[in-house]
Amino acid sequence: MIKGKFIDNLPKVYGIYTGGFIGFIILMAIGEQMGMTAKAIGIAFVAFTIFIYALIGYLSRTAQADAYYVAGRQVPTVFNGMATAADWMSGASFVAMAGGIYFKGYGYMALLVGWTGGYILVATLLAPYLRKFGCYTVPDFIGTRYGGNLARLLAVIVLTVASFTYVTAQINATGTIASVALDIDFKYAVYVGLISILLCSMLGGMRAVTWTQVAQYIVLIIAYLLPIFWISNKMGAGFFPHFMLADEVARIGELEAQFGFVKNSAADLATVPKGLAGITKAHSAVNATPWAFISLALAMMMGTASLPHVMMRYFTTPSVKAARKSVGWSLFFIFLLYSSAPMLATLSKLSLIDPTLSTGIIGKSFAEVQSIDWYQNWNQANLMFISDFNGNGTLELNEFFMGGKAVVLATPEIAGLPYVISGLVAAGGMAAAMSTADGLILAIANAISHDVYYKMIDPKAETAKRLLVARLLLVVIGFAGATIAAMKIQGILGSVIWAFDFAMSGLFFPLVLGVWWKRANRQGAIAGMALGLASSIWYLVWVRTGGSGFLGITQLTFGIFGAAVSFVSMVVVSLMTAEPDKATQRMVDEVRIPSGRSITGK
Amino acid sequence: MSNATKHWEKTRSLLFITLAIWFVFSIGIFLFGAEMNEVTGPFGYPWTYWFTCQGSLGIFVILIFWFANRQEKIDKEFGFNERGDD
Repeated sequence: MIKGKFIDNLPKVYGIYTGGFIGFIILMAIGEQMGMTAKAIGIAFVAFTIFIYALIGYLSRTAQADAYYVAGRQVPTVFNGMATAADWMSGASFVAMAGGIYFKGYGYMALLVGWTGGYILVATLLAPYLRKFGCYTVPDFIGTRYGGNLARLLAVIVLTVASFTYVTAQINATGTIASVALDIDFKYAVYVGLISILLCSMLGGMRAVTWTQVAQYIVLIIAYLLPIFWISNKMGAGFFPHFMLADEVARIGELEAQFGFVKNSAADLATVPKGLAGITKAHSAVNATPWAFISLALAMMMGTASLPHVMMRYFTTPSVKAARKSVGWSLFFIFLLYSSAPMLATLSKLSLIDPTLSTGIIGKSFAEVQSIDWYQNWNQANLMFISDFNGNGTLELNEFFMGGKAVVLATPEIAGLPYVISGLVAAGGMAAAMSTADGLILAIANAISHDVYYKMIDPKAETAKRLLVARLLLVVIGFAGATIAAMKIQGILGSVIWAFDFAMSGLFFPLVLGVWWKRANRQGAIAGMALGLASSIWYLVWVRTGGSGFLGITQLTFGIFGAAVSFVSMVVVSLMTAEPDKATQRMVDEVRIPSGRSITGK
Repeated sequence: MSNATKHWEKTRSLLFITLAIWFVFSIGIFLFGAEMNEVTGPFGYPWTYWFTCQGSLGIFVILIFWFANRQEKIDKEFGFNERGDD
């Protein structure tokens, strides 16, 4: 059978694919030498990669429920790890993370620790047990473990709130990249992005998304690492930046002490275009209180373990033990990018602020900086800005402003790399945003089609009808997300972090206690989900409308409050009501043992 | 005590050990972030900076694989290991 053969040949297939992609990069580099324009290269990169993903999506089409919902449960650990890494690393991770580190330093790096540490919770508390359960979706676990349609519905609601908050940011990111690379208006670019996303997932569901995500991971990791190694070597900072940038980090510290962080007046700052920021915080020094750092890391860790689009990736492995290993591989592939982001931030900052480097602009005259090609380009793109506040004619550290995205997008150009690298980076950003959007839209559509339509409305529906509903929902949810993204209400990162907070408020404890506390019952789970989500929304609204908050819980970490409410209400209500029946308790015992049939009987 | 109960007890102790290590490197050390950053660590980076860039992240990767292997051993010990697939 072709399918079996495909699984056996995975390393070969993706090996050829990777070789082909590198060949394409070389082809573009030759094209650039022969006079291909920057715009043509950008279009070629984005269009070529999207075409490949769509082709994979088409080849993975399926009419079987098992393949559509859980990729037939035969994805090998390493490949599932790559797919999860692509699923996980969003447009924000790719485009905005290095920028966040560049501007905020230590306080922001809590996100790095949080977004990786969360996988320990996934591996130990949840993934293997949910895999043993054999469910199609996360609400499927809640619905079967606690019983009753209300618990199932609440899980669908929490999932939808969290994932939808997240997906608009991803569609926004695909729109931004498509509009730059293809040179079309953002309003239309959003829908170009959406159609590319749907091409990957519509025909083959989880199976198609799995194999496109692996392909997208390969593109995004090459696009992220190649420029960093190249820049580091070009600057003479070291051939392996991760182990060799200590001097550069120390040098940035020296320069910061030399320049000082001069505060700009409010009137001066008002003239800076929206979204741009100056360097106001130390690069490597500790600039946040322990609680500010720890609370943010903790919120992201618990959020990681509650996000359904990540959890459902572990439903696709062939076994429970494969699910565990697969979490390790996921984190390894994520680690490759996350550990590189601070290196890029360091290289980018040093190349801009060190007056002894040829690329350094601090200390140069304004006329000189304004005549630099790349400055003009990125100033036009609204990502760079300088202004002579003190009128002395030389650029000071506090007179230089940049957008967070510029760290990833502009650094290759500043360092003098050929344009082919910028095209590659655009393709990488597109891959990152598309893969996450696909996972999220699929998570929502699957939950509604499987848990609401099939389990509650029409349990007798035939497979063909179920999959038709699932596909229709995919389109509807995608368009809803794109429409909201086109309105541009939140920045990329703000809404991403909210998604973690919503997810942990409603789902963390109902999921974890479902496995680890036999006494947890339906009433408790309902209270935990409903009150957890409601209280987190209340807290967010309160803080956003001028509320002071308490215990230093901010609009980035409000999930800590929501999860605490969820935990207390779940435990109290569970203990006040009758314990779960014998059948449910036996089910929990079964879940705790890796061998044997899955709970749902597949 | 039944086989399943013993298996679950061992599984639970492994969970506690894993979460204790997780706690140290995700939360514990950052209580002393400012103090730790004064000291030079691996590759010449300040310790806290290194942990946030690479250290904690890398330890998490290793910790998951270590955990997975230990759990497989526990499953095998009680005859609950899965056959065939990988």
